[in-house]
Amino acid sequence: MTKVLSYLKYAAGYAILSLVFLIVQAFTELLLPSMMATLVDDGIIALNGQNEQMTFILTEGAKMLAMALVCVAAAIGVSYFSTKTSSIISRRMRHDVFERVLKFSNNEMDEFSTASLITRTTNDIQQVQGILSGGIRMVFFAPTMAVGSIVLALSKSKGMSWILLVAVAILLSIIAVGLIAAMPKIKALQKLIDKLNLVSRENLSGLMVIRAFGNEKHEEERFEKSNKDLRMTNRFVQRTIAIVMPAMTIIMNFSTIAIVWFGAGAIKDGTLEIGDMMAYIQYAMHVIMSFLFIAMIFVSIPRAMVSVNRLAEVLKAEPSINNSAKPQTLTDVKGIIKFENVSFKYSNADDCVLSNISFTALPGQTTAFIGSTGSGKSTLINLIPRFYDITEGSITYDGIDIRELSMHSLRENIGYVPQKGLLFSGTVKSNMLISNPEADDELIKSALETAQAKFVYDMPEGLDSDISQGGTNVSGGQRQRLSIARALVKQAPVYIFDDSFSALDLKTDAALRKALKAYTSDATVLIVAQRVSTIMNAEQIIVLDEGRIVGKGTHKELLKTCEEYREIAESQLAKEELE
Amino acid sequence: MNKNKKKFPSPHGKATGKVPGRPHEKPKDFKGTVKKILRLIAPFKLRFIAVVIFAAGGSLFNVIGPRILANATNEVAAGVRRMIDSTGTINLVKVGQILTILVAVYAVSAAFSYLQSFIMAGVTTRLSFNLRNDIMKKINRIPLSFFHKQSQGDVLSRITNDVDTLEQALTQSITQAATSVTSLIGILAMMLLTSPLLTLIIVLTVPVSLIVVRNIVKLSQPHFRKQQKFLGAVNGHIEEMYGAHLVVKAFNGEERSLEEFDELNDELAENARKAEFLSGLMMPLMGFVGNLGYVMVCVVGAILASKGQLDIGGIQAMLQYVRNFNQPINQLANISAQLQRMAAAAERVFEFLEEPEEDDSKATRKLSDVEIHGDITFDHVKFGYEDTDKIVISDFSAKVKSGQKIAIVGPTGAGKTTMVKLLMRFHELTDGAIYVDGYNLTDFDRHDLRSEFGMVLQDTWLYCGSIMDNIRYGKLDATDEEVIKAAKLAQVDHFVRTLPDGYQMELNEEVTNISQGQKQLLTIARAILADPKILILDEATSSVDTRTEILIQRAMDNLMKGRTSFIIAHRLSTIRNADLILCMNNGDIVEQGSHDELMALDGFYANLYNSQFEKVSE
Repeated sequence: MTKVLSYLKYAAGYAILSLVFLIVQAFTELLLPSMMATLVDDGIIALNGQNEQMTFILTEGAKMLAMALVCVAAAIGVSYFSTKTSSIISRRMRHDVFERVLKFSNNEMDEFSTASLITRTTNDIQQVQGILSGGIRMVFFAPTMAVGSIVLALSKSKGMSWILLVAVAILLSIIAVGLIAAMPKIKALQKLIDKLNLVSRENLSGLMVIRAFGNEKHEEERFEKSNKDLRMTNRFVQRTIAIVMPAMTIIMNFSTIAIVWFGAGAIKDGTLEIGDMMAYIQYAMHVIMSFLFIAMIFVSIPRAMVSVNRLAEVLKAEPSINNSAKPQTLTDVKGIIKFENVSFKYSNADDCVLSNISFTALPGQTTAFIGSTGSGKSTLINLIPRFYDITEGSITYDGIDIRELSMHSLRENIGYVPQKGLLFSGTVKSNMLISNPEADDELIKSALETAQAKFVYDMPEGLDSDISQGGTNVSGGQRQRLSIARALVKQAPVYIFDDSFSALDLKTDAALRKALKAYTSDATVLIVAQRVSTIMNAEQIIVLDEGRIVGKGTHKELLKTCEEYREIAESQLAKEELE
Repeated sequence: MNKNKKKFPSPHGKATGKVPGRPHEKPKDFKGTVKKILRLIAPFKLRFIAVVIFAAGGSLFNVIGPRILANATNEVAAGVRRMIDSTGTINLVKVGQILTILVAVYAVSAAFSYLQSFIMAGVTTRLSFNLRNDIMKKINRIPLSFFHKQSQGDVLSRITNDVDTLEQALTQSITQAATSVTSLIGILAMMLLTSPLLTLIIVLTVPVSLIVVRNIVKLSQPHFRKQQKFLGAVNGHIEEMYGAHLVVKAFNGEERSLEEFDELNDELAENARKAEFLSGLMMPLMGFVGNLGYVMVCVVGAILASKGQLDIGGIQAMLQYVRNFNQPINQLANISAQLQRMAAAAERVFEFLEEPEEDDSKATRKLSDVEIHGDITFDHVKFGYEDTDKIVISDFSAKVKSGQKIAIVGPTGAGKTTMVKLLMRFHELTDGAIYVDGYNLTDFDRHDLRSEFGMVLQDTWLYCGSIMDNIRYGKLDATDEEVIKAAKLAQVDHFVRTLPDGYQMELNEEVTNISQGQKQLLTIARAILADPKILILDEATSSVDTRTEILIQRAMDNLMKGRTSFIIAHRLSTIRNADLILCMNNGDIVEQGSHDELMALDGFYANLYNSQFEKVSE
């Protein structure tokens, strides 16, 4: 909350201005009934039949009209400055959240989950903006009106204050009782809707299975049960909420009646004038309405706070991977990557994903990683660009611990190909320039050719062909090849391929490997693969099982020495390949 | 080249982020839909009439109130004059009598409006309950091909959003129509009774200025559209950058991405501000219209009173009426939009409910009358999906003896599941026939027929419930012992027993608390329990680790014993051991025969085989 309130400082001037206008608006609005009372008591009753009556009525009328105009002008001012405030704050907040998330390491991304961060940056900020622009008005206007109308009502008559007190007390207790009765059910309602959605979703995704087993009836019964729960709860909630409106009207009407009855007595005693009684009725209405709004604000604050808190969580989260105090820069890069006794576990896990990993990857060589799902091979190479920081041991790049390097310099010297071929909306060319803004068409062409992505030149617009968000307008294999080309454009001393070949068919895979060997002849290449055929020519193959190295060597050596490797190879290769 | 300028380009203009659109929805056939809605609510006719009567009655009594109060005020005023003239004082008894009547009037009014809401809540929740059940029943009867053109999300939103909208709009439009018409007529009548001249002035000023205000607010529309556009662009950029967070970081793209974001964010903030400000004018301007009426009544009322043409109670009543005059006018103006919204939602619901269903009326044979062994004959099968003209299977014939294994192979996207869908009659053949033990599949009732088939797909389907219930899904009346026996055969018993609650462990919503391979074992157990004559299996691919893969293989072997099995195959051994291999490409069966026959053909299969299980030495 304080985190979000601190944003007010960016728009303090506008916020104060909107408050000033708001007070003017409330004040003028409230003066109208008083002027009406003067008109009735003096204009109609006291001056009855006298000459100046007409002039008096018209002057008073003109004053009232002027008051109404000031009121509307002030209200427009409020609207202007409060929207200004909310737009400044939400713009700033959106910027801050986005910037913060960009700084996050994979740890924080995993913790929050990408989907949740997206909703926080989009929906939640949208919510907060809505609350701010409407809320400033509501939160300040209702109390101002309440105070103002109570003061003015008291100035007309003190004897009837108890009516206001009783009315407000009844109002608040009705709301409280209603909330206590309905709240648990309202909360249950959301759960029931979720449940209904879940059952429907399961039915839609299981269409074939349900029909295959002939369980349609069973599913219908399951749905009907959730549906009935929803119906009953919904009916109860609606019927409870329906009490509020008639109750409100009755409180207002009965207060009016009480004011006329006790007012008449006071007038009879000569302590009250009739116009003042009429004004009193109107102030009473303002008091009741204001308290209704105040109650509504209190009810809606917890809901608004949900979004606010979700944003505060993001803003408070510190990226767990940062530059060291004096980060070093890589110069005269060779590209030697060395793991020494590296262990790693995810921040919230008990067990290590990787333990005691040691190896050296040399320039001009390919180091490959293979192992079954969950063996930690992807995790391992994601440690090199510092997407995660290791728990124990050290990783060095040209002899310097990567945690001592600036992240910018480290990543500048790595060509990374992710598991999923993630492309950005734009064109083929704009996607290539991401890794190397200086690349010319010649370089791009040679990268595309190496990555077996010549299909680009068959597209009508060639390099300028559109790529839609996520690259959904090209096939999975094409996406993967473009993402490989993107890394190649960088001409980095170290290349990392995180399982980047599995979407390719074997022929393309083979051609790509051949071309790659030539293109990256001096570079250090690290490859994670599923298929033995992808990596069998690597200079060094590292076999992982449950986070440990169980074999290191060439294909031929491993077939003889490593049982895990042979198991994988047997399931994939024809007999004659295993010798 | 301009297109390439942005380094982290965002979807300018072509907003991809989901934008909550303002409701501009219009139904295609308003009249027809309204007729259907009327038919839908016909069974609740009496209750709807009661709702209308109570709504109208409630507002009528509410409208009379100020007029009666005026009498009380006048009585007080008369007393005041008597006090001034020293001829008497206020007649409190009379005031009391009038106020007592008023208490009764307001009490009745409140009771009526509550009764109205009470009945309405019962009817509308009942209506949406029925509609939802109907939609769910429909889902189970609609041909599978429907879901090729309609996304799941779309159907889901009919069950929840559309039915909700219908419920709300129905409640509001009926109640509001009844109350606002009664209030408007009532208020006009009461005002005319009180002061025709003042009424005329109010009728001339208030509605006219309301129209002006509504038009001013329309000015905000283009800004709203722009706001939505930039919101879409900003959200699109956010989604894209968060989704590719890893790549952005890997290529040091944070700064460029932030610059891009700021540009869009500034545009969004500015347009949002304008849109909100302009639409925010509505409230103050409406307030002004109200105050204008208020001042008019005060001034003109005072003048009339000074001439003796209006009493003080009359002024007071007019002040109350003028305050309540805006609301019914606004509500009436909104009702048509309300109805449009309701009809649009209802139309989508009806559209779905009117989709044609799987037709089983032509079934001539009961499965219980014949004994099924599992011989299957494909006789010149020709097939194309219902919604296209393209024929995917042109002419396929084959004979399968009971207990045989048939491997279906082909590259990804070759339509290997098509055969499955045809056997299960999820789709209808275009020509030719499939016979099981000599009986044409179309002779049977679908529901009946499917009970003879077991299906284990790679895309495992489990639901949120206990493991026991999920296995039992294969045979709903199976005992616990039967379930456990099936689990043992499926090699999953041991694994289940290591789980926190064993067979009673609840699977969570996305079924993420067990692994993909374990899910597959559970669905195999389910198929074993169902004990079908004919099996359709989908072999696991690389998403499962080696150990689980061996378990799955063993479980599948158990399952296939003595049953005719169609296997969508990936494993070398399965393919080699199959009695018949169906090789598919682009939906069609391009070759069929045993492994050796097909290799000898040296055609598509041989090529595929060599590329999948390539001799890697180049």
